[in-house]
Amino acid sequence: MSIIGLYTPGNSVLHRMSAGSKLACMLVGMIALVALQQIWQLGLAAAVVGAGFVVAGIPGRLIWRQLRPLRWLLLLIAVLQVVLAGWVTAVMVCGGLLISLAIAALVTLTTRVTDILDVCQRLLRPLARLGVDPDRVGLVLAMTIRCIPLLTGIVDQVSQARKARGLGFSLVALVVPVVVRALRTADAMGDALIARGVDD
Amino acid sequence: MSTIEFTAVQHRYGDRVVLDQIDLQLTERRIGIVGANGSGKSTLARMINGLVEPTSGTVTVDGLDTVRQGRQVRQQVGFVFTDPDNQIVMPTVAEDIAFSLRKSGLSKTEIHSRVEDSLVRFGLAGHADHPTHLLSGGQKQLLALAAVLIRRPAVIVADEPTTLLDRRNARMVSELISLLDEQVVLVTHHLNLLTGFDRVLLIDEGRLVADGSPAEITMRYEAMLG
Repeated sequence: MSIIGLYTPGNSVLHRMSAGSKLACMLVGMIALVALQQIWQLGLAAAVVGAGFVVAGIPGRLIWRQLRPLRWLLLLIAVLQVVLAGWVTAVMVCGGLLISLAIAALVTLTTRVTDILDVCQRLLRPLARLGVDPDRVGLVLAMTIRCIPLLTGIVDQVSQARKARGLGFSLVALVVPVVVRALRTADAMGDALIARGVDD
Repeated sequence: MSTIEFTAVQHRYGDRVVLDQIDLQLTERRIGIVGANGSGKSTLARMINGLVEPTSGTVTVDGLDTVRQGRQVRQQVGFVFTDPDNQIVMPTVAEDIAFSLRKSGLSKTEIHSRVEDSLVRFGLAGHADHPTHLLSGGQKQLLALAAVLIRRPAVIVADEPTTLLDRRNARMVSELISLLDEQVVLVTHHLNLLTGFDRVLLIDEGRLVADGSPAEITMRYEAMLG
């Protein structure tokens, strides 16, 4: 399951808030997290973000699905921090990371990708004078998000084909067909973008 | 109906001649193209909206050259691919349909209204905010069709749109295509989809070998396949 692209429809205050405001709040919130010194402050921040999920009506399983992929990384960081800097620092670092991820998840779960892309395009507009095409950058971002499940699907199919042929794990047997199929898919998507009038 | 015209068209990939001596004028409402794998039928279809340029000769749609006036042609000709996954750009259904209108100059309200109508028309009303990669094959193809048709093209070129679908989904998509008001050029292996078509072309080894009614061409094609 992808971390992004999981917009959950709703009509809460957070859903109705503009994408720009949410992204600004996310940025401020993450900077504030870095400045926290005490565990109780971290607890307060966690409570505020938790309240955000409740207000947005996001089910617990969806929150878990967003954070689950990073559990091993967080555990590794926690162990290193405990060994090198003590448990208080470990709680502050890992707690800060976890809350930051939760804030990002809250934004993506309550904001349509197109709305986020609109903000990116608006922010990039001043760079148009330097030759940057904001529409094109927006399209690249959208395609990147779209390609995550597509590539996951290709990797899954290639792995299944390898197993069906009775082959053991081999990086070459995985990477070569995945790259070939990904390039073919990219080619076909290019045609489809032209057909859909992207260059119009 | 639009007039699609091929004049002395040849297309090569390197030394290999994919299409040769194609001279055609297509004005019918329903046009089918059949042929074996590698016969050149998809190349022929792709030329109609300028995705493939002829090595020599010209292809025009209502007088517009598909090479020199490709953008105008593509506004008039929509293309539906075999694999809808390649055609879907945005992460959710409604966003993908709206993507087709992003440079239309329409207001957000108008785009929203058109997308809503399109979702209802294609039976996707309950899936507006659904992630596109979680749709069934049939739903993905319906979404691809919806995203093409919302631009209101005069001609729809569909390149084997039912090939990757199971029978139920294939029937659903073909029924929808048969109900379209637009001129349709359908490339297919499923000869039953051509029932009621006005004209069917049979392509073999890059050449137009037969041109007639669905019944005539089906007989000829089946005889050719042995």
